[in-house]
Amino acid sequence: MVASIQNVEKSFHQRPVLNGVSLDITKGDLIAIIGPSGCGKSTFLRCINGLEFVDKGKLEIFGTELCSPLEIGAKEFQRRSLIIRQKVGMVFQSFNLFPHLTILENLMVAPKVVRNISKTDSDARAHEFLAKVGLGDKAHNYPDQLSGGQQQRAAIARALAMSPEILLYDEPTSALDPALVNEVLRVMKQLDQEGMTQMVVTHEMRFARDVADKIVFMDHGKIVEMGPPEQIFGNPQDERTKNFLRHFQ
Amino acid sequence: MMKIFIFVILFFHFNASFAQKPKLRWGADIESGAPFSYTDPADHKTVIGFEVEIVELLAKEMGMEVEYVQNSWDGLIAGLNRNDYDIVVNGLEITPDRAQVVHFSKPYYYTSESLVVRASNTNVATLDDLKNKRVGTLDGSLAQRILNQLTFPLTVVGYDEEIHSYSDLVIGRLDAVLLDEAIALYYAKPNIELKVVGGPIGYMEYGVVTRLNDPKFSRRVDAALEKIIENGSVQRILEKWNLWNAMSAKAWGKSAEPLTPPVAYDKYISEAWKKETIVQKLKRYASFLPLLGKGAIMTLEISTISMVLAMILGLLTALARLYGHPVVKWLAVAYVEVFRGTPLLIQLYLIFYGLPYVGLTLDPFVAAVLGLGLNYGSCEAENYRAGILSIPKTQMDAAQALGMNWFQSLRHIILPQAVKVVIPPVTNDFIALLKDSSLVSVISMVELTTVYGQLASSSFDYLGLGLLTALVYFVIGLPFVRLARYFESQLANNLPGEQRTRRARPKLFIF
Repeated sequence: MVASIQNVEKSFHQRPVLNGVSLDITKGDLIAIIGPSGCGKSTFLRCINGLEFVDKGKLEIFGTELCSPLEIGAKEFQRRSLIIRQKVGMVFQSFNLFPHLTILENLMVAPKVVRNISKTDSDARAHEFLAKVGLGDKAHNYPDQLSGGQQQRAAIARALAMSPEILLYDEPTSALDPALVNEVLRVMKQLDQEGMTQMVVTHEMRFARDVADKIVFMDHGKIVEMGPPEQIFGNPQDERTKNFLRHFQ
Repeated sequence: MMKIFIFVILFFHFNASFAQKPKLRWGADIESGAPFSYTDPADHKTVIGFEVEIVELLAKEMGMEVEYVQNSWDGLIAGLNRNDYDIVVNGLEITPDRAQVVHFSKPYYYTSESLVVRASNTNVATLDDLKNKRVGTLDGSLAQRILNQLTFPLTVVGYDEEIHSYSDLVIGRLDAVLLDEAIALYYAKPNIELKVVGGPIGYMEYGVVTRLNDPKFSRRVDAALEKIIENGSVQRILEKWNLWNAMSAKAWGKSAEPLTPPVAYDKYISEAWKKETIVQKLKRYASFLPLLGKGAIMTLEISTISMVLAMILGLLTALARLYGHPVVKWLAVAYVEVFRGTPLLIQLYLIFYGLPYVGLTLDPFVAAVLGLGLNYGSCEAENYRAGILSIPKTQMDAAQALGMNWFQSLRHIILPQAVKVVIPPVTNDFIALLKDSSLVSVISMVELTTVYGQLASSSFDYLGLGLLTALVYFVIGLPFVRLARYFESQLANNLPGEQRTRRARPKLFIF
């Protein structure tokens, strides 16, 4: 088990967003988190690498424990978040590539700044990851010269360049043209086959059903139901799950 | 004739070779013009005038050597009390108010006010004729006080350059001008369109000014002055400049008839009032260029150093305001609001003349840079803040998700993008600062505008010199506009793909 989340709670301005969520993540898993908009999926994901903090409960990510900064202090929270982010990569809905850097530089900046990896080494690795996501020829382009699908693949390569042990995806295909969705999903599928642990907040039900090892259905800040795709899609137990999935039939 | 080199660099050479005698640091504003202290129209590098000669005599009598320190006239007493120089001899009238804060010697010159009207005017001969008239004078002068005390209605217009009041009189904006006898003699009498009417009005005495806190030195100055008055040297200087008058004669028990011819006055009139051909005019402009050039270099020096200070201060303030602890944030906001919300001129006065009262006396250059830097720092802070806020928050998320800490994210991801956004407003501010640097002439810095004032007051060519100086400002600002445009184009990476050339990226980060 690489990560364990126990009973986390979080509110924004007194409005509860996470209402006691617990989840264990096993190495090599591809976990798909599904659920209606505003159910707390994204916030849950952002809590895992400390981009958001939880109010209650605790997370243990690769042996580092994270809980509310009120308990451990803001400085300590930041320190632990930084340790966790060394092993946890993240891919955003809007790609968030750095527009002032080329694709290659996008991949090289963090290894250089955070790990002090030499230019030659990080350059070679960056090219390797770009080739892996099929962007070997785009190294010297700027993000805005790429299509959405290409940008998202570049963002995945950027995350991979930091050699994470788990990748978190926050609706990675929601901002893409339907025609471009598959090229991104293909990369995720390939990574899954190579044994990467991944956690995806997604609305791509077919992808979730076909590729995920575990489906987590969330609603109103709670995990309503989770299990292998056959179970969730084939035989959902909870009324809310059934309702939600009906839209996607 | 005594020669004083205006430029500090020349001063140092001068001092290094003849530095045996102690220095008598003399504060004056050579913009005050003839016959007091002014740049020689024939040789712009030297200062001449009857006060220059009196100070030189005084120094000789005291076994000292004159070192001239430029300051604006309004700041002369403040500069003396700041210890920027040791004496002031520059048309300072002895008044009870001033005697509260400085020591005055016995008068070295007694004089009065003269009423001047257009040559065609036959209605005005005395003060009583000024009812319902527009009368010009110098701000803060005895003449202004006399006019303000008149009981009938009239409009008093205050000027800060005597020459402007007379030119307004010529073109009919004024009906009369009341100014010091010496000024009327030099600026109105030679003009055939003007005439001096009536007799002397009022009474005033010019004194040598020293600090109150050094009575021993003041006594030495007084004794030396008394000596050169007694032996007739001062009288000869006054005669030479056509200033010997009945009042001074009476005060010193001499005859009002001059003993020597007014050679300096005649020379001044022949030079200052001669008609020039275009070639002569162009030659004269060319002769101004070295002085204007040096002023421009000083302006550039002050401006660039101030701007660097402003940019550093601005960045730190913007970061403090965006990310700081609440107390730091509050301080940053207070700094921005105070320095952006008060006039630069007042800030300069406070820094240069105000701080000495709390024990901090700054060098004029340091005060100028600090004043401009602090003022523009508050503007830059807002530029940077806007620039940083214009970068989507998701960029910070992405950088942090990659394991960068807050500072690394800021330095490598946020600021390089923000810089691009703020280059146009920052360039704009730099050009504004370049022009605002003219204000530091009030704290005794000799920069471009000071040079303009000094040259204009001795040549009266306000139009030609004004245009020439404006041109110099324009020219020195141009390279910075070009440079900014260059950086902007180098950093512009949000153009559509086809328009953007593939080239090596220049490394232009703030850090």
